[in-house]
Amino acid sequence: MQQILSAIVAIVVGVGAMVLYFWGTNWLLDRLLPDRVDPDGIIRESRETAREAIRPWLFVFPAIALLGLYLVYPAIQTVYLSFGNANGEVRMYESVYPDAVDDMPLGLNAPLTEDRLVVVQDNLGEVYPALNTLTADDISSYETVGDIVDFAMAEAGEEAEQVFILFRNYQWAFNSTQFWESVRNNVLWLLVPFLSTVFGLLAAVLADRVRWGTIAKSFIFMPMAISFVGASVIWKFVYDIRPEGQPQIGLINAILATFGLEPQPWIALSPWNNFFLMIILIWIQTGFAMVLLSAALRGVPEETIEAGRIDGASEVRIFFNIIIPQIMSTILVVLTTITITVLKVFDIVAAMTNGQFGTQVLANLMYDQAFRASHDGRGSVVAVFIMIAVIPIMVWNIRQFQQEEQLR
Amino acid sequence: MNVRIPILKMTVGGFLARAVLLLIVIVWTVPTFGLLISSLRDKDQLAVSGWWEALQTTETEERGRTATVDAMAQNDAGEYVISGNLFTEGSNQTLQSFGVRPPEGGRPLADANPAGEAAEVASGGMMTVYEDGRYEWVQDEPFTEEQIGSGEPFVYAVSTPPRFTLENYNEVLTENAIGQAFINTFTVTIPATIIPIAIAAFASYAFSWMQFPGRQLLFAIVVGLLVVPLQMSLIPLLTFYNGIGIGKTYLGIWLAHSAFGLPLAIYLLRNYIGGLPREIIESAKIDGASHFAIFTQLILPLSYPALASFAIFQFLWVWNDLLVALVFLSKDADQIVLTSQIRELIGSRGDNWEILTSSAFVSMIVPLIVFFSLQRYFVRGMLAGSVKGG
Repeated sequence: MQQILSAIVAIVVGVGAMVLYFWGTNWLLDRLLPDRVDPDGIIRESRETAREAIRPWLFVFPAIALLGLYLVYPAIQTVYLSFGNANGEVRMYESVYPDAVDDMPLGLNAPLTEDRLVVVQDNLGEVYPALNTLTADDISSYETVGDIVDFAMAEAGEEAEQVFILFRNYQWAFNSTQFWESVRNNVLWLLVPFLSTVFGLLAAVLADRVRWGTIAKSFIFMPMAISFVGASVIWKFVYDIRPEGQPQIGLINAILATFGLEPQPWIALSPWNNFFLMIILIWIQTGFAMVLLSAALRGVPEETIEAGRIDGASEVRIFFNIIIPQIMSTILVVLTTITITVLKVFDIVAAMTNGQFGTQVLANLMYDQAFRASHDGRGSVVAVFIMIAVIPIMVWNIRQFQQEEQLR
Repeated sequence: MNVRIPILKMTVGGFLARAVLLLIVIVWTVPTFGLLISSLRDKDQLAVSGWWEALQTTETEERGRTATVDAMAQNDAGEYVISGNLFTEGSNQTLQSFGVRPPEGGRPLADANPAGEAAEVASGGMMTVYEDGRYEWVQDEPFTEEQIGSGEPFVYAVSTPPRFTLENYNEVLTENAIGQAFINTFTVTIPATIIPIAIAAFASYAFSWMQFPGRQLLFAIVVGLLVVPLQMSLIPLLTFYNGIGIGKTYLGIWLAHSAFGLPLAIYLLRNYIGGLPREIIESAKIDGASHFAIFTQLILPLSYPALASFAIFQFLWVWNDLLVALVFLSKDADQIVLTSQIRELIGSRGDNWEILTSSAFVSMIVPLIVFFSLQRYFVRGMLAGSVKGG
């Protein structure tokens, strides 16, 4: 109950504050820069230009402020964090031992022996040898106090050296099998935009020819309304496996069982499991592609198609040589939009496999590193790579937008 | 392809088109349909048969034990009897066959004896089990503790007619925190849908109809921000939130979702407002109205379709979101949202399909209602946001 109350309060306050802000600042502007008026009402000096120069900024200020604070500034900050150490502390040099094991997990079972020292490094970069009878408890108590940032095991007698760490997270990424597996998988996932567009186009073309086309389109489009997690449950059910001999309740394995084939653990079969996860996103995004392409198809002028028919071209030729070129810009929009979604795909992998069985993707890796392992620096690096992948599309989008602005 | 098939009153091409479309629709709908059916089934049946067999009687093998020696009674013929019922009161199951430990040794087999027949029990006496689950174990001498122990074991084959029920939903809403998660999700979504509209509407009007330096550049930045991945913002934002104390709060996530939704809101609204007829605004200006008045009394009412489109988009996006909720809210009962809770259930109750299917549907019902009733606005919003010309 209290929750609902606080939600209502938030809405009222939020909208109220906005209205107050806009009305208030506009009113203030009009009071502070009034026209100078004669007693008989004739305008002596109009300050309208001054007012109208300021007013737009009042209108856009809250939006700009929010965008700056929530999108622009954090993005820059993330890039900055990527140049620090694994935990996100940014400095140019760190003292490490040559054999340094970068932030080992707490509760380590590594043996402490006579000839191995545990050294600790505090958050000022000072390195000092710790008692070589440090136990896991000691180390963990340091960590909670926040004194110890990084520690290393080293051979006794070695000297610490200063290493340049600006690219340490990037090095970690390039040396990490998980990272490259994620990159490979994200590239594989690029199949999704392609197939969604193909299926969407097919559905759009067919549905426009049929009386029950609108209903058909609604059914195909419906998966777009549900969450990725919900879709994952639906398809996890389809992929379910029971041991052979027991009745199968997953649709696919049940079909296999009727043909006497062995049931398969679809989600765990690397590397094919990636495709089974992709099917989920294709199932969802085809509706999106279909709706956009259907609208685009309707925009193709009849005359161009008629002209093709008069010239004796077959339906297939007409489709590929007349229709497709005219909807190409929409096809590109569909492809790029779904690609963006694919690069950010997190929910499906997080819910189905959590990155195991060779299905790790960049977005899940980022979440893992940043929020489970608290490696802000490493998480930032993965985020930066996702951003880099997105930049070509961003540039293309902005160019498209500017081209249209010219036509306005 | 243009050959007509007289019976179907269409061409071969037309027939193929319909068939393929029907196939696509079936493939697209079957998974969801299967989930829905399953969520309404009795949970034991759900675990042993596919949803396509939901209307069939299920056959299962069960184990049971007789009562202990305390239940011994005597019948009219002076024989000693232990009796009882394997089924619970009011059950509609039918026992098909049963088995007890046979005198010749070995384990009981479920198909050894049809219901109603008497079977010899290894430890002595004759056991009869009837179709309705009643059993009678009869022997001439009194039963002993040694003979029975904790009860003579049976196995039996039982058929259960299909049973549909809402109890899975009941269980999930009350015992698996889905009910609370449902409320939590509303709490997150409604403010996060309304607040960005207020902010974006003013900004979009300025971008469309007001002159100021840098207008083009700023809007180009907004277009660029449309595709910036959330991942670029999360880490610093959470650190910032923790620093000022709104780390895992509803306020934090409302502001975050509002900001994340702004680029799309500004983009959609600006395209729409910019497309309004210039004459309306010009004539209002000639009548002496200020920009503020024009906006609140003229533009806003005219923009309802665009506002509605964005509202639906944002509502669905926030309702279905997982990542932002994971970062900016905790997993405590009073903050966890549906997507997060379902993900937890997949991990902890992965084999309890009665819980997963019904939870999934609880989370889907609201978006589906919103979607189906306001489909037109949703589609229009998508088109306005994406398609530029043919």
